[in-house]
Amino acid sequence: MRRKPFPWHITVFLAPAVLIYTLFMIYPMLASLKFSLYQSLDDGRQVFVAFGNYIKLLTDPNWKEPFWNAFWNNVVFFVIHMSLQNPIGLLLAVLLASNIRGAWIYRTIIFTPTILSVVLVGFAWKLILSPTWGIWFPLLDRLGLGDNEVAIALLGNESSALITLSLISVWQNIGIPMMLFLAALIRIPSELIEAAQVDGASSWRVFWRIQFPLIVPTVGIVAILTFIGNFNAFDLIYATQGALAGPNYSTDIMGTFFFRTFFGFQLRPGDPNMGATVAGMMLLIILAGVLLYLYGWQRRMEEVQF
Amino acid sequence: MFRRLTGALALAAFLMATFLGGAFAKQQVIIESWRTDDLKLWKDVIIPAFNKHYPDIEVIFAPTNPAEYNAVLDSKLQAGTAGDLITCRPFGKSLELYNKGHLAPLNDLPGMENFTDFAKVAWSTDDGSVTYCVPMASVIHGFLYNKDLFDKYGFQPPKTWEEFIDLLGQMKKKAPALAPLVMGTKDQWEAATMGWHNIAPNYYGGEAGRRAFLAGKEGFHTDGFLKGFEALAQWAPYLPRGFKAVSYSDAQQLFTQGRGFIYPAGSWDIGVFHQMNPKLNMGAFKAPPPTGATKSYISDHQDIAMGLNPASKNADAAKKFLEWLTTKEFAELYGNALPGFFPLHNFNITISDPVANEFLSWRQTSEGTFRMTYYKLSDQKPDAETDLWVASVNILNGNQTPEEAAKWIECRLSSWYQPHKHFHEELNCK
Repeated sequence: MRRKPFPWHITVFLAPAVLIYTLFMIYPMLASLKFSLYQSLDDGRQVFVAFGNYIKLLTDPNWKEPFWNAFWNNVVFFVIHMSLQNPIGLLLAVLLASNIRGAWIYRTIIFTPTILSVVLVGFAWKLILSPTWGIWFPLLDRLGLGDNEVAIALLGNESSALITLSLISVWQNIGIPMMLFLAALIRIPSELIEAAQVDGASSWRVFWRIQFPLIVPTVGIVAILTFIGNFNAFDLIYATQGALAGPNYSTDIMGTFFFRTFFGFQLRPGDPNMGATVAGMMLLIILAGVLLYLYGWQRRMEEVQF
Repeated sequence: MFRRLTGALALAAFLMATFLGGAFAKQQVIIESWRTDDLKLWKDVIIPAFNKHYPDIEVIFAPTNPAEYNAVLDSKLQAGTAGDLITCRPFGKSLELYNKGHLAPLNDLPGMENFTDFAKVAWSTDDGSVTYCVPMASVIHGFLYNKDLFDKYGFQPPKTWEEFIDLLGQMKKKAPALAPLVMGTKDQWEAATMGWHNIAPNYYGGEAGRRAFLAGKEGFHTDGFLKGFEALAQWAPYLPRGFKAVSYSDAQQLFTQGRGFIYPAGSWDIGVFHQMNPKLNMGAFKAPPPTGATKSYISDHQDIAMGLNPASKNADAAKKFLEWLTTKEFAELYGNALPGFFPLHNFNITISDPVANEFLSWRQTSEGTFRMTYYKLSDQKPDAETDLWVASVNILNGNQTPEEAAKWIECRLSSWYQPHKHFHEELNCK
């Protein structure tokens, strides 16, 4: 039997993607990881310190405290997204899939904030909540909350700033899970739903027994996309609160912590090696989440499907 | 066709000639700076004035965005593509550049005698033996007030701290819709810069207090420094409604629209306010010292200077420009073109803007000192300046008492600043 010739055409087709991906994604990532294993001396030389930077980040009180603060803030940020953005996105998708009149108008309106620049969204919300301009104070006065310390400075209180920013982010990004869920719902053959309706199933029952089980893979994808997006988030916090992520670091997440470490802040020069170390930890956290998803969820999905 | 070609050739030849001619006849000096706001001023006023004396030197002002300036400059210097003259940030950053050999010593530059040691301190080595930038300007802290509102309610600018706090109380009573003191804590730096750095020198005793602090005799939790935090805490009830969410630009708007009485200011605000509301009738008073104080202190902070890139190919021409920066002509030109940026030269110069002139007059009646955290105390992490922002905001927001905040910031500083090591144990820092 003759062996098949090596399929050279496949390499030709793969080459551009592999090259570009290696050059712009894999190489910088490895270079950054390598960078995190070094330290710069004052004269600009780089010395190898193995995991010294990681140990410093996790044990030195001056590094450990801001790191864990940023991590837990990020967890809160993620939990709010998971518990609000995705369920509400699913609800909207189900409503839009049920042939309500003018569905495309709602779809467009709800999706619009997603395509706006984060800087724009941050600025708009800053104006809305602004104590000097916004509609917020007149609104509070109407509601009789004009003296409420927290309500008059939502972005200025430690207790409310992170939650407020998370909600702004949910408002902006809710279009993405909605669209993904909607695409999955539309793919469900209408015969299944019609048959159930003929059998007298309520909408509620149709949803839980037919629609939801069939879009479970999408639920997983949305969850992991939210996770990756949230632990890489930076722009909204930076645009509204600045790099110092105030008040008192209460809105500091991994992205802003990385930014301050790498690029420095005000009088403090940046420390690219420690910055790369923070980036390495971010990669690790995201990797852990993704692996958990792939092995804990995706695998089981495949077992169910095949 | 042929005619068009000759025309093009002639044009090309002409352009070449002017370009080459220009390059040979004139020496080019390129200035690196972060003052993008002043681009027009340099092009239309400062450089033409210089060219009256030296028509053969072509000066190009090439600023970078303030936020990126340090990083861009570093990479340009490393790559050897930086300009001939470098605008110097005060203290640590410029010292670092000098130590790496990116700024030339300027002790022998004619005209350096026109500056006092205090003016040069931000751009000299720690022992004061080498100065590597020509001081250009400082900014002064104080308070701006709305004269029309003061007249309407019959208020007078306060002379002492107690009068000041009393006045704020009266304002709150008589005009509840207006903010007595217009400042927010959202952007964090104002609380430290316009707040603490502005008022604390009166409590810790200016330069003498600052030196005692550096030597480890005083800490943030002792005497005058702690009193500075306590004084700041007294502001909290008089800040605008929702001040925790009021940003720097919000505060500027509130004050220029006449929605508040007093604005804790940096002198650079003067020019900005003239633009935001030309009709605003402003007055100024300096940080009021506590009753019974014999001396008063102001924050007169060295902000901007210019040094020579040792790698410059036109060092002679660049040095001529630096020499010109030391003259009275430049001092008057700069001080008047940018009200609120005060030249550091020894000359008595007149500034036409009355409010800026008021700020400048305090140099006669008060002792100057600079923002104390900028020198040495912010060289390492956690740096005292950023911590001071956080501590000042926490005090005003009511998250920490002055004692707690002072202890917190002292513990963080003494974790790496050797002369303060003993405070680390005294305070039982973790």
